Amino acid sequence: MSDSAPADEWPLFEVFVRGKRGLNHVHVGSLHAPDEEMALHSARNLYTRRNEGVSIWVVRASAITASSPDEKDPFFAPSGDKVYRHPTFYPIPDDVPHI
Amino acid sequence: MAMEPAAVRDRPTGQELTADFDARIAAHQRIEPRDWMPEGYRSTLVRQIAQHAHSEIIGMQPEGDWLTRAPSLRRKAILLAKVQDEAGHGLYLYAAAETLGVDRADLTQRLIEGRQKYSSIFNYPTLTFADVGVIGWLVDGAAICNQVPLCRSSFGPYARAMVRVCKEESFHQRQGYELLLQMMAGTPAQRTMVQDAVDRWWWPSLMMFGPPDADSPNTRQSMAWGIKRDTNDELRQKFVDMSVPQAVALGVTLPDPDLAWNAERGHHDFGAVDWAEFKRVVSGGGQCNAERVSRRRAAHEEGAWVREAAAAYAAKHQGTGQGDDR
Ligand SMILES: [Fe+2]
Ligand SMILES: [Fe+2]
Repeated sequence: MSDSAPADEWPLFEVFVRGKRGLNHVHVGSLHAPDEEMALHSARNLYTRRNEGVSIWVVRASAITASSPDEKDPFFAPSGDKVYRHPTFYPIPDDVPHI
Repeated sequence: MAMEPAAVRDRPTGQELTADFDARIAAHQRIEPRDWMPEGYRSTLVRQIAQHAHSEIIGMQPEGDWLTRAPSLRRKAILLAKVQDEAGHGLYLYAAAETLGVDRADLTQRLIEGRQKYSSIFNYPTLTFADVGVIGWLVDGAAICNQVPLCRSSFGPYARAMVRVCKEESFHQRQGYELLLQMMAGTPAQRTMVQDAVDRWWWPSLMMFGPPDADSPNTRQSMAWGIKRDTNDELRQKFVDMSVPQAVALGVTLPDPDLAWNAERGHHDFGAVDWAEFKRVVSGGGQCNAERVSRRRAAHEEGAWVREAAAAYAAKHQGTGQGDDR
C-alpha cells in the first residue's frame, strides 16, 4: 500500500436508467467502480435512492464511441438535408382529421 | 458555403472557436464537455464544482455527529437518509468536475491537503440536536437559494447535477423545519435549545453566499459566462426575505436587531455581516476546520484497503468472463 498509488485505478462507468416501463434508458451520470457488478450496486445507491428507475445499465466509458458534439460537424450533415424524414415536411389541409 | 481546402476547414482558428463559444453562451445554449471552451471558463468551473463537491462531503460531518445520538428511530432514519444524500451530491459533483478533465482522486487529495476549500459553514460545531433541525432549515435553505439558479448553469453536466441535487434538497429543508416545529411544541428547555441554535447558525448561514459583491471581483466574469446567475448579495437578500416569515411561523427570533421590512425596497433590511469572522473561518481559523479535514483524511486513508482489495478482485477476475466462478 502506498500513498503515491496511481490517483484512481477504478475505471469510469456511464450510468443509464429506465425511469419506468415503456421509456428508454436515459443517461443520468457516471461513477467509478472496480468492475461491472460493483458499478451496478453503486449506480443503484447513487442514482435510484427514490425509485427513479426500474432498470439500470452501466457501461465502461472507454467502450463508448462518440461523434463530435459540434452541431456543424459533417457527421450530422446527412440528416440535416433530409427534412423529408420529418412529418412536418408534408402539408396537409387543416380539415383532414386524425393525421 | 465557399469552398476551402479541407485542412483549413478541419482546424478552426482560435478566433473562430472563441466566436462559436461566445455565440453559444449568448444564445443560452449549454456548453458540453467535448466543446471547446476558454481556459478561464474551464478552470473557474473546476474550482467552483470541486469546492461545491467538497462542501457536500465535509457537510456530512456536523450532522453525522448526531447519527448515533438521534432521539428516536424515526429521526435517526431521516438523518441517515439526509447524510447519505449529501454523499450522493458530492459524487454527482465530482463526476461533473471529471468531465472537465480533472480526476476525483486528485481533488480529494487537494481537499485533505488543504489546497482546496469548502463552505465555511461546516466549520461550526453542532452542539445540540436542535442544530440538526436548524441546519436543515437554514443551511440547506441557503444551499437551495444558491443552487436553484445553478440548474441553469451554462455548463451542461453541472446544471444537470444541480437539478438532481435540488430535488433532494427540499426534503432536507423540510425535515429540518418539521423537526424544529416539533421541538417548539415541546418543553421550554426544548424551545430554548432551538432559539440558541438559531442564534448560532443565522449569521454563518448568511455568509454562505460569499463576500459582498464589492469584494467579489470574479462575479462579473462568472455571470457573463453563465456560470453564476445571481450575485452574492442578491441571493443573500432573497434568503433573508424567505427566512423571516418562516422564523415567525416557527416562533423564533432571528438574532439581528436591524432586521426590518423596508416597504420602499420591497425587501428586508438587515445588519452587517461580520466579514472578518468569515475570512478567519475560511482561512482555517474556525472552531472545527482542523477536525473536519483530519476526519476526511482518516476516512480516505482507512478506506484505502477496501479500494485496493476491490481493484485486486476485479483484476483477478478480468478476462475469466463475468461471473464464471459464481
Ligand atoms: Fe447537498
Ligand atoms: Fe442538503
